[in-house]
Amino acid sequence: MELPVISNSAPEASGGGCSSSGCGTAPDALGHLPDHIRSKVQDHPCYSEEAHHYFARMHVAVAPACNIQCNYCNRKYDCSNESRPGVVSEVMSPEQAVKKTLAVAAAIPQMTVLGIAGPGDPLANPARTFETFRRLSEEAPDIKLCVSTNGLSLPQSVDELAKHNIDHVTITINTVDPEIGAKIYPWIFWENKRIFGVDGAKILIEQQQKGLEMLTSRGILVKVNSVMIPGVNDEHLKEVSKIVKAKGAFLHNVMPLIAEAEHGTYYGIMGQREPTPLELEALQDSCSGDMSMMRHCRQCRADAVGLLGEDRGEEFTLDKIDEMEVDYATAMVERAKVHQAITSELEMKRALKAAPKFEAEASDKPATRPIRIAIASKGGGVINEHFGHAHEFLVYEVDSVGHRFLGHRKCTAYCMGDESCGDGETVLGQIIKSLEGVEVLLASKIGFEPWADLEKAGIQPNGEHAMEPIEEAIRAVYDELAAAGKLDQPATAKAAA
Amino acid sequence: MALEITEVCVGCYACEPLCPNEAISAGNPVFTIDPNKCTECLGDYDKPQCAEICPIEAAIVDEIGDPLNPLGSLTGIPLHLIEEYNTTGTVVRN
Repeated sequence: MELPVISNSAPEASGGGCSSSGCGTAPDALGHLPDHIRSKVQDHPCYSEEAHHYFARMHVAVAPACNIQCNYCNRKYDCSNESRPGVVSEVMSPEQAVKKTLAVAAAIPQMTVLGIAGPGDPLANPARTFETFRRLSEEAPDIKLCVSTNGLSLPQSVDELAKHNIDHVTITINTVDPEIGAKIYPWIFWENKRIFGVDGAKILIEQQQKGLEMLTSRGILVKVNSVMIPGVNDEHLKEVSKIVKAKGAFLHNVMPLIAEAEHGTYYGIMGQREPTPLELEALQDSCSGDMSMMRHCRQCRADAVGLLGEDRGEEFTLDKIDEMEVDYATAMVERAKVHQAITSELEMKRALKAAPKFEAEASDKPATRPIRIAIASKGGGVINEHFGHAHEFLVYEVDSVGHRFLGHRKCTAYCMGDESCGDGETVLGQIIKSLEGVEVLLASKIGFEPWADLEKAGIQPNGEHAMEPIEEAIRAVYDELAAAGKLDQPATAKAAA
Repeated sequence: MALEITEVCVGCYACEPLCPNEAISAGNPVFTIDPNKCTECLGDYDKPQCAEICPIEAAIVDEIGDPLNPLGSLTGIPLHLIEEYNTTGTVVRN
């Protein structure tokens, strides 16, 4: 069934609007999947763009050891106040991880997924990782288990993964070329030796590809993560995308490199630049083909808790969960009710979208151009966040026939509290910079000062759609601009440039 | 003969299961090697396993205090930049 909002076809050379591009993981983009796969991902926030507005996930940091070095990673992972992969506040034992998971699942019934993602490589810590999975599959059978890995130890772990009923595995594959690999991975540890450079990268790539094939042949869902590193693997990722898709990966997540000097990583210290949001979007578009691309990844911590855009880890530190009494049998009943309510709501929304609509006859109106609209949302698929409180903006591309989710732009909130709003000038400048390419911004409320600056930068602020569903609001805004004749011309260079 | 773990250890557990002599124990803040058990892997492996997998430069030293993985040997970051980072917490680019 082909739905009107989203096209799954390959982008045309023009790289124009929604109608010509492969879409993200909006529900409709998953429509081509067989029912049994679709049912596996529809409540998984990391696999379904739709689900991530409603369902939460958590990671437990039981896996500190790693068997490779990546140039974007610093193994000094102990870090409480940054939001990026590979950092955690406290490494925990399987016992502690199980306790934490049960406590979170009881407190946040929307939590559907438990992942192990580090801060090292889960499969380089097999005893700790599999002990956690084994106990959780017994004590919390309603939680989906998933794991992400660099792939080096994957082939030897596939049997064990299958045994614990883990049906979502993410492999980070940044390259299929050992020469490029040597620029990303300085060394690996393999068969009791540290192996440097091209030789190490070659082994890693072989193991990743073998692991991918073994998993997909067993029907285990595989998502491939790739880090976009400008000048190193950016062009090459188009080939990677084709290969992993051919081998049965069902979702590709191209993420931007994070490389700040303060993080102490090789890339950070050596000044390797990060891609801009528009470069990332362009690469995701070229990779898309007819494979689903993930656009909503938040590159979260290895101990993140909550909806993808938030982190509630502070509420569940080891000393706090020690004091919590959890009756999981009761919690499971409550969780099932909450999941059922969300699922029914989503099904109703899907049915409404799929219902036949009055189609306007092809008009002789001039074609209008696509625009990017940014949204401030706390979740639930509605515009419910103040501009000043937003830590991220969701960016959609909208044209005359549909829309697609492009990704999110992270930022420091303009208004950090009562006192710091006045210091907002530089923060505001950074927010505006992060919104490159965006022409309209919808929030539940926008203050006077940022309003003026946004306008000056060519971004029209709009608070009229507070609490409305995102999809309805962006359609209304687009149609209004189109009717006013404001979208007839090609976009002009913006003051933000 | 025995190896030693220094205070830059991050406690990642990578070395612990590899030791053929079970000489390594988890500790807070850093892991320790029992000098009575450590053989530097002689007879078991070509190179000491703890130092082969350890991701932190200068975390494992020999009896005279020389690191088995000197600064820069694992990451390839030039020494002057490592020093700048270690003293200031960042690297200033011109």
